[in-house]
Amino acid sequence: MYCAKKDRRLAIIILIPMLSVLFLFVYGFIAWSLRISFTDWNSILPDMTWVGLDNYRMLFSSQRFQTDIRNTLYFTVFFMAICIVGGFFLSYLLYSKLKGESLLRTIYLFPLSLSFVVTGVLWRWIFSPEVGINALFRMMGFKATFGWFTSTHSVAGFNVALIALIIAASWQYMGYTMAMFLAGLRGIPDQLIESAQMDGAGEAAIIWYIILPIIKPITFSAMIVLGHISLKIFDLAYAMTGKGPAFVTDFPGLFMFETTFRGNHYAEGAAISIIMLFLVALVIVPYLYSTLKGDAQ
Amino acid sequence: MTMNRSSKAIKYALAIIGVLLFLFPLYIIFNNSLKPFSDVRISEMWIPARNVSLEGYGEAIVKLAQNIQNSFILVIPVSLLSVLFGSVIGFIFAKVKFRFSNVLFALVIFGMFIPYQSILIPLVRSMNKIGLYGKLSGLIVTHIIYGLPISSLMFRNYYAKIPDELVEAGMIDGLRLWGVFTQVVVPISLPTMVVVLIWQFTSVWNDFLFAVVLTQRPSIQPITVALQNLAGTQVIEWNVQMAGALIAAIPTLLVYIFLGKYFIQGLLSGSVKG
Repeated sequence: MYCAKKDRRLAIIILIPMLSVLFLFVYGFIAWSLRISFTDWNSILPDMTWVGLDNYRMLFSSQRFQTDIRNTLYFTVFFMAICIVGGFFLSYLLYSKLKGESLLRTIYLFPLSLSFVVTGVLWRWIFSPEVGINALFRMMGFKATFGWFTSTHSVAGFNVALIALIIAASWQYMGYTMAMFLAGLRGIPDQLIESAQMDGAGEAAIIWYIILPIIKPITFSAMIVLGHISLKIFDLAYAMTGKGPAFVTDFPGLFMFETTFRGNHYAEGAAISIIMLFLVALVIVPYLYSTLKGDAQ
Repeated sequence: MTMNRSSKAIKYALAIIGVLLFLFPLYIIFNNSLKPFSDVRISEMWIPARNVSLEGYGEAIVKLAQNIQNSFILVIPVSLLSVLFGSVIGFIFAKVKFRFSNVLFALVIFGMFIPYQSILIPLVRSMNKIGLYGKLSGLIVTHIIYGLPISSLMFRNYYAKIPDELVEAGMIDGLRLWGVFTQVVVPISLPTMVVVLIWQFTSVWNDFLFAVVLTQRPSIQPITVALQNLAGTQVIEWNVQMAGALIAAIPTLLVYIFLGKYFIQGLLSGSVKG
């Protein structure tokens, strides 16, 4: 595009202060956190004595952090799987031209507008062992004793207490994947489906051979977005369960918050946050690279 | 897509099961927030309120009024300034070509994905140093800065779709870049302004992490932190807690119900491509 030299200079002059502040707050602060994570600052008073990787070593050998990482991985896998399968399912229902479609869409999507704190407060009561779902089952005559998020059982390293959190988070985010898939489905030309039907293809065949290949890239984007949300999860766990007995519902975000702002272990907190950043970057950087590169062409 | 009757019936049944699964928490919230405290019993969360009472709401409003006000004081300037800064940055990245602009933009966008834990300690230290720690103004500044990536992205994606010829025509008419922006581009940006406005409104209203770290005194805490404190007390006053949760949810719910189209647009642009 044509753009006078003077104009371009003006644009850059406008951009510089805004980006400087942003980059200071993002990259400057990350560097600062990284620096703190290599120090001995584990009390109220700043202590910038260099201790190398000690904080990281300590974390990886601590029971709590190991549990956190395992919780995060299990939570991420189940949360993503439920949102993607459920979201696709809902979007397909809406795509089938049901009556009241816009009302249905509104209902499936509304939890997204809520705060994780609201969701947490609400679902904490729903899964509270004496009060919620259990009481409902008891009313129906079942013997319901499952402890939900207070349970300390684990299966193959999966703390079953996470089930409650996974359900609450999926309730909130399933609408998101639904909206993404629906946008993709709406982009499929009607003729394509109609001609397949004329050739005698059944619904299952249409889904398998036409719809799924088309929405594959959307699934990939959805996985990235959901994955980075669950790697960062904090509010929901904080409001709904806290770290739980024996850390069954603990996550790195909770650990970082507690140890830093309640326990004054700044260096340890910084190390946790850097590990979180690293995990998110593993997911996001390749994604940004491929998306923006595709954009530029 | 056309299909036979029985498959249609199954789909309606499934859609309705879905509706029940999504809405039953709302039943819990309404049902229990409308019970008087004397009717709040552990085994009766699912049983419809026998006596409807606004007691829970009364108490929740008294306890949360200040925090609701704080949230509005926080959210309004953040949303407006996000539109202002986001549109300028987005316009420059969409329409002015300069060296490394792609790399620079990628660096901007990465800022919206970072776990904020990784900047929290320096943030608290800096806010302390410039005297904004523990003040609502500090929280406002924080949200504006960390809202820049998403706001800029939304505007850039929109401006990228405006044909270059439109901008060039403005230039031929004697306008400079800034003039084109204010006189040609801004007037056609209204839809995206609404998207960014309500996106920032919703995410800042719903934020918990920045709020709980940067505000200590209850009198300046936003609604999410106050709600968490209200619910954190293990007393079984859940009529008050449920009422509080609903009150905290109402502003963003209303935005969603009345401006849903823009809300979804914002949601979808969160995945980088417009």
